[in-house]
Amino acid sequence: MKPFTYERATSPAAAAAAVAAKPGAKFVAGGTNLLDLMKLQIEAPTHLVDVNRLGLDTIEATPDGGLRVGALVRNTALAADSRVRRDYGVLSRALLSGASGQLRNKATTAGNLLQRTRCPYFYDTNQACNKRKPGSGCAALGGYSRALAVIGTSKDCIATHPSDMAVAMRALDATVETVDGGGRTRTIPIADFHRLPGSTPWIETALTPGEMITAVTLPAPVRGTHIYRKVRDRASYAFATISVAAILPESGTPRFAFGGLAHKPWRVAAAEARLDGGAKAIAAAALAGATPTSQNAYKIPLVERTLAAVLAEGRAA
Amino acid sequence: MTDTNGFSLTRRGALVSGVAAASTTALPLDAQPLPAEARAATVPVSFTVNGKKRALDLDPRVTLLDALREHLHLTGSKKGCDHGQCGACTVMVEGKRINSCLTLAVMHDGDEITTIEGLGKPGDLHPMQAAFVKHDGYQCGYCTPGQIMAAVAMLQEVKDGVPSYVSTDLTAAGRIDAQEVRERMSGNICRCAAYSNIVAAIADVAGAEDVA
Ligand SMILES: Cc1cc2nc3c(=O)[nH]c(=O)nc-3n(C[C@H](O)[C@H](O)[C@H](O)COP(=O)(O)OP(=O)(O)OC[C@H]3O[C@@H](n4cnc5c(N)ncnc54)[C@H](O)[C@@H]3O)c2cc1C
Ligand code: SF4
Ligand code: FES
Ligand code: FES
Repeated sequence: MKPFTYERATSPAAAAAAVAAKPGAKFVAGGTNLLDLMKLQIEAPTHLVDVNRLGLDTIEATPDGGLRVGALVRNTALAADSRVRRDYGVLSRALLSGASGQLRNKATTAGNLLQRTRCPYFYDTNQACNKRKPGSGCAALGGYSRALAVIGTSKDCIATHPSDMAVAMRALDATVETVDGGGRTRTIPIADFHRLPGSTPWIETALTPGEMITAVTLPAPVRGTHIYRKVRDRASYAFATISVAAILPESGTPRFAFGGLAHKPWRVAAAEARLDGGAKAIAAAALAGATPTSQNAYKIPLVERTLAAVLAEGRAA
Repeated sequence: MTDTNGFSLTRRGALVSGVAAASTTALPLDAQPLPAEARAATVPVSFTVNGKKRALDLDPRVTLLDALREHLHLTGSKKGCDHGQCGACTVMVEGKRINSCLTLAVMHDGDEITTIEGLGKPGDLHPMQAAFVKHDGYQCGYCTPGQIMAAVAMLQEVKDGVPSYVSTDLTAAGRIDAQEVRERMSGNICRCAAYSNIVAAIADVAGAEDVA
């Protein structure tokens, strides 16, 4: 690791001000992604602001029947909260499908949203990667791309966002609350939070430098069957090749969000209107315009088959 | 070196002197001057480890794992991957299992930390340690401290109502069977693949009936 200085923040606004004031400064929450990348010198912050003890670790009911999840709530605590288990099953399952028991005890709500891609070339500092080194090129194009994105890609980056939790939050229409270095607060719909790579793949979210996540708010629950189905190379403790977060209400429009397909959780309104056409029609609409590589083209039929399994599970529930 | 196993030369001692012998022409590490920018200001931190208060002054880069092993000489917790991928470094912080390799020691000021050394002692083993011995839940033993720490904390998670990805009903009270043990212990890799005996040891302690 490169040397850095360390401070324990005293309030969210002070933390944001501290990061905004110092170029090269970063927040540290659970540390499970940031420290991993710092050891490999893929991230090299000069200053770390520890946001762990600011009282942002509670889950509170909102006036409109939803839940406000503090940025520092651990993945285990969120998955195990009785209200989340009862009313937001898709989120509980998505969280539990990610990482390991040990990691989920540390990983936080904000840190999970902001985890970086698992593209193998992003991790290998000897390779060209626009995300790690802007302008250096993209070694994944024409390289080993089996795990990478099939839709929303650009000629500069075909990475995926690796989070399971974020896919469920996209299906739930969560909103992200922040405070910036000047103390200003705002809310960002999850649909606008993560960006597509375009020509600036190193800009991954709508956050401005020094802007800190304080909470994620879930709207009032959507009743129905909640399913999170994750397909991966081993049965546990592995990232998704693809995943489907589904909410199937007794009547009305279903919701489908997909992981492992794009640089952000993938959700297409037109696909949700195609329930009558079954898995084939939903998958076709969700994947319209997909540009897979020869190595990850298998994801296209896999989406349809996983959707078929999800719909069957929904009918059986 | 404190001698805990009754032999005058521990395995670790042999390893260290072996390395020293192989590198007699190189400068000892601490004699190499560090460039100014590589010398980070140290940060004071104090926490309780296995019931004992410890105060350290650490380079902020020191992970909790390195603080335990290199600074406090509690070498039971192992470094397998140093990247959160194997579970060999599992310890409990405030009663919860975590990977000590992916957290900074300075982030744990005031915390209560338990390592394998604090769980039980030779002659006074924790039931989980005794079960691993009884069921032969290891071969080389490298992953074992992490497996045992993870297993003890995992059973507490089940008691606390934490569900798992394979729980059929998210809202039902915790139940433990072989499938649950495997899923909940997937963060601990065993290179010797002693998995079936590890599951048997954990099942024994959990009192699970339908665990194969
Ligand atoms: C072996 C392994 C397997 C894994 N498997 C999975 C998996 O299957 N599925 C999955 O979804 N994830 C998986 N993960 C990733 C894991 O979920 C993330 O590492 C974790 O969620 C990150 O959270 P954290 O709190 O530790 O973040 P940190 O590492 O502390 O921070 C991550 C980033 O977020 C920033 N940040 C943190 N908090 C804030 C805040 N409040 N405001 C603004 N910025 C902030 C930090 O500056 C940093 O850039 C795995 C990780 C490992 C190591
Ligand atoms: S796909 Fe994106 S992250 Fe991977 S090498 Fe290309 S630019 Fe880097
Ligand atoms: S050494 Fe920490 S998980 Fe492998
Ligand atoms: S006993 Fe050898 S790694 Fe598990």
